[in-house]
Amino acid sequence: MIKGNFIDNLPKIYGIYTGGFIAFIIIMAIGEQMGMTAKAIGIAFVGFTIFIYALIGWLSRTAQASNYYVAGRSVPTVFNGMATAADWMSGASFVAMAGGIYFKGYGYMALLVGWTGGYVLVATLLAPYLRKFGCYTVPDFVGTRYGGNTARLMAVIVLTVASFTYVTAQINATGTIASVALDIPFQYAVYVGLVSILLCSMLGGMRGVTWTQVAQYIVLIIAYLLPVFWISNNIGAGFFPHFMLADEVARIGELEQQFGFVKNSAEDLKLVPKGLAGITKAHSEVNATPWAFISLALAMMMGTASLPHVMMRFFTTPSVKAARKSVGWSVFFIFLLYSSAPMLATLSKLALIDPNLPTGIIGKSIAEVQAIDWYQNWNQANLMFVSDFNGNGTVELNEFFMAGKAVVLATPEVAGLPYVISGLVAAGGMAAAMSTADGLILAIANAISHDVYYKMIDPKAETAKRLLVARVLLVIIGFAGATIAAMEIQGILGSVIWAFDFAMSGLFWPLVLGVWWKRANKEGAIAGMVLGLVSGFAYLIWVRSGGSGFLGITQLTFGIFGSTVSLVAMVVVSLMTSEPSSSTQKMVDEARVPAGQQVISQR
Amino acid sequence: MAKNAQHWEKTKGLLIITLVLWAIFSMGIFLFGAEMNTVTGPFGYPLTYWFTCQGSLGFFVILIFWFAGRQEKIDEEFGFSEKGDN
Repeated sequence: MIKGNFIDNLPKIYGIYTGGFIAFIIIMAIGEQMGMTAKAIGIAFVGFTIFIYALIGWLSRTAQASNYYVAGRSVPTVFNGMATAADWMSGASFVAMAGGIYFKGYGYMALLVGWTGGYVLVATLLAPYLRKFGCYTVPDFVGTRYGGNTARLMAVIVLTVASFTYVTAQINATGTIASVALDIPFQYAVYVGLVSILLCSMLGGMRGVTWTQVAQYIVLIIAYLLPVFWISNNIGAGFFPHFMLADEVARIGELEQQFGFVKNSAEDLKLVPKGLAGITKAHSEVNATPWAFISLALAMMMGTASLPHVMMRFFTTPSVKAARKSVGWSVFFIFLLYSSAPMLATLSKLALIDPNLPTGIIGKSIAEVQAIDWYQNWNQANLMFVSDFNGNGTVELNEFFMAGKAVVLATPEVAGLPYVISGLVAAGGMAAAMSTADGLILAIANAISHDVYYKMIDPKAETAKRLLVARVLLVIIGFAGATIAAMEIQGILGSVIWAFDFAMSGLFWPLVLGVWWKRANKEGAIAGMVLGLVSGFAYLIWVRSGGSGFLGITQLTFGIFGSTVSLVAMVVVSLMTSEPSSSTQKMVDEARVPAGQQVISQR
Repeated sequence: MAKNAQHWEKTKGLLIITLVLWAIFSMGIFLFGAEMNTVTGPFGYPLTYWFTCQGSLGFFVILIFWFAGRQEKIDEEFGFSEKGDN
């Protein structure tokens, strides 16, 4: 059926795969009609998809360093775009983003703008030049451009701090989904999640991760879009929600006016289970100051351009030209999901609060709502709650509470979709969390194996030994992440945003100036990384321990402070010390031109 | 070397244009978020709301492809383009 080489056949292979997945969904839907239980459907969805990823991981096994580190630099632009989108969109994006929009409205939308706008910086300032450099990892660029082990090691440290903050949340998310879908305790489910993650990356490294991420993107985008379109049609909001929800958005505004935002007393709020929230902010009104919005967007954009697991995806393209285009495809594939999240939030909110819709619960009697099937299910799962604070017997807007993730998880059921959709959503969430975790663990393990072990400790190591070290590190880092995730430290999901701030504090300017300012030297880069990371960290601790902060920089945007310190330190120290050698300057000249050999020759 | 310097001048010019457009649609317009939101935007959504849901996001996609095309032209002009069509 498949002739010729693998790369030429990619559209065909993934076309068949997509068709197969859709056929699987239909089989499950038929199974549901014939009496398959919800639990069996959940297990089938999660089990089947993980099996496919593991199979791809096994087929992509390799013994070559260039395959393991950069997928043989042969990934076509569109497919690299899909892989980057999966790498990028985490379990949090998939499960929590629509909920964030639902509860926080405009103030939260800064994240959508930031998490897409950052790619403009990636495309213009960094990706093509780092690709021309020919590095295997981000610290590889820092180490070669600035020279010396100190700069390289510092880059590894910043990378590890940022990526590790991020990865525990991802392993946590795979654990949560596996525990619900497979019905096993969370402490074990975390390790089931981890093993699935390692199956994709251990044998094939970047090559395995690339081809599983493409497969995971296809699953997650179907799992996100299908319910959005279906719900929109089911509640009569329009067959193409993105272009047709203006009336619904206006209707929510009307209802908000009519109900008003009544503030609950602290006494009453104590009764609400932890993690649930009520609707307290207008859906489509501007509810944040310009600076609050812009500073959050800016921090996320600069963070995007500094996160190594994203940057290293652009090392896998066949050329510099392809790296640039591939960034465009990445944002396109991210856009498909991000532009749907606000639509889902709108549909979910309207379905729940509009008394004119059969699904609406505001204005119904408390007893009536408590008797609804889906309410009982989600109340039992601790994701929904109603209480009659004012004692009038009916549910008011301020008496209905929900968890953020319920927007994605529960809305299909509320809108009357069959259970097969819930199984699909579980598989999508798992794909999103796994693909990001894989990228992050690989980024850390590759940096330590390539930059610390091979470049600093044992430069003569054989390829076989290097790859063995890389794989052992992969397992160790995975287990460390899972162990921390299993401890269920509170608020770890909020730490996803911190990862962006850490990365931008330490790495943004050393990377950008490495390409755009020839005068930048080793001493400057080291000062920039050390002082940026330390000052960002210090600011975070200060604000967390009750400090007032300044200029409206919060614990979510501390990277703005850290990166400013980093920039100043880097420029001042560079100018105070001698300019880089002529061979370094020549290297920068070469990196600025797409044609010709890559700057570093790897073996 | 003069050729390299000219190439880099043009590249920097393109960078500045791209970053100005980026700054307008990622930050600039949100200085006037409250005022803009009273205007009806595409598909009938409030304008600022539309930008945060679709407008700015979609603009970034177009901007990056446009930038990639322009940069390729600059590279070709100076003979710095890579061989092959990937």
